[in-house]
Amino acid sequence: MVQLLTVDGDFIESKEHSVYGELVRQLREADFLKFYRDMARIRRFDEEATALQRQGQMGLWVSAIGQEGAQIGSGYGVGPNDHIFPSYREHGVAITHGVDLMSIIKTFRGVNHGGWNPKENRFHLYAIVLGTQTLHATGYAMGINFEGLVGTGDPEKDLAVITYFGDGSTAEGDVSESLLFAAINNTPQVFFCQNNQWAISSPVGTQTKVPLFKRGEGFGVPGIRVDGNDVLACYAVTKKHMDDARSGKGPSLIEALTYRIGSHTTSDDPSKYRDPAEVAEWAAKDPIIRFERFLRKQGIGQDFFDEVKIAGDELAADLREKTFAMTEPPMELMFDHVYSEPHPLIDEQKAWLQAYEESLGGHTSINNGEETPKYGGTH
Amino acid sequence: MSQIAYFDLPDVGEGLTEAEIVTWKVKAGDTVSVNQIIVEIETAKSLVELPCPFAGVVTQLLANEGDTVNVGSPIIGVEVSVATAAVAAGSAPTSMHSAVAQNAVNTEAIETISEVSSSGAEEKPEPNLVGYGVSAAAPSRRKRGVAPLAAAASLANATAPGTDLIAVVPTADVVLAKPPIRKLAKDMNVDIAKVKATGVSGEVTREDVLAAAQVASVFKNQTTPEPKTEREERIPVKGVRKAIATAMVQSAFTAPHVSIFVDVDATRTMEYVKRLKASADFAGVKVTPLLIMAKAMIWAARRNPTVNSTWTDTEIIVHNYVNFGVAAATPRGLIVPNVKDADKLSMLELAMALEKLAATAREGKTTPADMANGTITVTNIGVFGVDTGTPILNPGEVGIVALGSIRPKPWVVDNEILIRQVTTIGATFDHRVVDGDVASRFVQDVASVIEEPALLLD
Repeated sequence: MVQLLTVDGDFIESKEHSVYGELVRQLREADFLKFYRDMARIRRFDEEATALQRQGQMGLWVSAIGQEGAQIGSGYGVGPNDHIFPSYREHGVAITHGVDLMSIIKTFRGVNHGGWNPKENRFHLYAIVLGTQTLHATGYAMGINFEGLVGTGDPEKDLAVITYFGDGSTAEGDVSESLLFAAINNTPQVFFCQNNQWAISSPVGTQTKVPLFKRGEGFGVPGIRVDGNDVLACYAVTKKHMDDARSGKGPSLIEALTYRIGSHTTSDDPSKYRDPAEVAEWAAKDPIIRFERFLRKQGIGQDFFDEVKIAGDELAADLREKTFAMTEPPMELMFDHVYSEPHPLIDEQKAWLQAYEESLGGHTSINNGEETPKYGGTH
Repeated sequence: MSQIAYFDLPDVGEGLTEAEIVTWKVKAGDTVSVNQIIVEIETAKSLVELPCPFAGVVTQLLANEGDTVNVGSPIIGVEVSVATAAVAAGSAPTSMHSAVAQNAVNTEAIETISEVSSSGAEEKPEPNLVGYGVSAAAPSRRKRGVAPLAAAASLANATAPGTDLIAVVPTADVVLAKPPIRKLAKDMNVDIAKVKATGVSGEVTREDVLAAAQVASVFKNQTTPEPKTEREERIPVKGVRKAIATAMVQSAFTAPHVSIFVDVDATRTMEYVKRLKASADFAGVKVTPLLIMAKAMIWAARRNPTVNSTWTDTEIIVHNYVNFGVAAATPRGLIVPNVKDADKLSMLELAMALEKLAATAREGKTTPADMANGTITVTNIGVFGVDTGTPILNPGEVGIVALGSIRPKPWVVDNEILIRQVTTIGATFDHRVVDGDVASRFVQDVASVIEEPALLLD
């Protein structure tokens, strides 16, 4: 397993992993601070979003707490042309590529139909159906091959694809199919598996007999395991394999060993199936605390950490305010992106729904929320 | 100027309709901050802590601990500054709204549910773990009532198995027991010093511990409490009790029940159980007469398939597999988990499956899936020391067998009165599906195996 930071935050000089250590050595202090800032930011975001769900402001929330190291590290290992195909827990990866956090909240509040424009940030929409994103990613990567945008040596031109999925998804046929097609087509692609140990209530031991990083071998996709709570290792391993993919060396699989500290979603109660001792053991390996220790050893002072804390509180307050201010989208919007061109069947369905809603006294969202909402109200 | 903001009970689990207030962490007059945990609620899925959406001073709590509250009903009023209230009121979809302080709270809006939803038992649990829940905007389209299986599971989970354990017979000063047995006793909250030891060297066996745990948790009144001073006690109908009631009423009033009984000499079954216990293959597995009963019922069901079927008004679905249900008394009430495809299991596998099922139920860890899709059920009322009974069908099934106590009784063999191990088998059937002749044949078949377990070699 590639690990570059001890739990105490000491950098590990390792010959075996010198290629990764070298990539970290090329980072500047500003990069380190950015890594920390983003990990802390995404955790604060997660905590606030969980509270908002508990206050009835979202239908559901999916927490990534505990996985910040794997997400921020690997996110920054992805290049500026590369495309990212996430599952639904990759809030950390999202911020490393400029996705507006509010658009994630909107998705889970149910006031938009996907959130952001992947054409702008190359971060594709969350895949709620597990495993499908790996197929999308492989298809996209095959397209890159067809267009010859791999291995040209021109950094402006070359690109690769990374897809994120969990240990549970590896038991879906989609992932196996994706690995097979990726290997056969030698796609410029990285499979990034965050093994957070639990697929809802099923422990990883019930999902696989061999370590997950070996899952690709039989298909012809080499794998590597990285300490998912070590942000630097996750950065370096991802960067190396994305660089390799971009240069035409084919697909690879990275398994990041990490832990889902929170629940699967806010609808889940992990205390029913998890030993608190196991959670405590992983909490001790917290990626943010580990990296804070590292930074302090590099001489980063308390001021920085105070500033991050304040920024987190501001983010939370802002998030809260903006969430309350969200309005429902017009009903028509759900029909707008089904087809890229006008479509008679969609028009018909849209007209039918409008007539139906009007027969019930109209749909408030058509008025952009200016009418009294039909639920809630004043007591 | 200040306003009072109200926090409505949110749907914390995608499509839930109600929750029970378990513990208030604040009271009127307390100052609260944003995201401070104010209350713990229990839904059909889990125990959840709710953070307060606003900062201010609590004016009143609008639901009592123990109340079951509808999603969308206000549960707390907080006096907040106007600016905060405006933000909170905004366009929040479901959970918050504010009112000028002088306005009286419309307490009628707080609808606590006390009636049992008659349709509750028909609703399947919807474990929708990802994706979107039922829209809060459409309360009228929501299903009412908690899905009984989910409720039973979550409530059962909430309580540890029986804690106040009572001495059976203290034996010696030094307790002999192997470490795993000591651990088992500890895990099950059994005081091993008070367990009656039946091992060959006077050691406490695994079975002794299980028996003590069973006796203590459920099966027998151990003490007579002092007479109570109050004339009546009112226990709210909710949770598992509500789910049981709904299921029982639904079963009793949709399926015409017919019950029949037969006395049977179970001496050979008891001998068989004894031999199995002594055999090396069954070492470490719990072997009880219930195991033979399970095998007997599975065998008899193959010979009389209609007792292992489901009535749907348009068709009778005869199951060519047996998901064997066992009515289990748990500290929180009755549940009926089942062993899936029990007919495919060997005697040993079935023994292990039944033991696991019982242990899971006792720990309160039975899941809704464990309880779904049963095809036939046994209820082992004999362990309560009862001779027989008229069981009510597990909803969706058409047959249930009650195994009464097995004890020495006079029995006529070849015109002589002998002392034999005798039991009564009681069984109830859905008369829409199972006619009297089939019912009788089935029960006779079961009885014949109990009388002569060698028939299982058939």
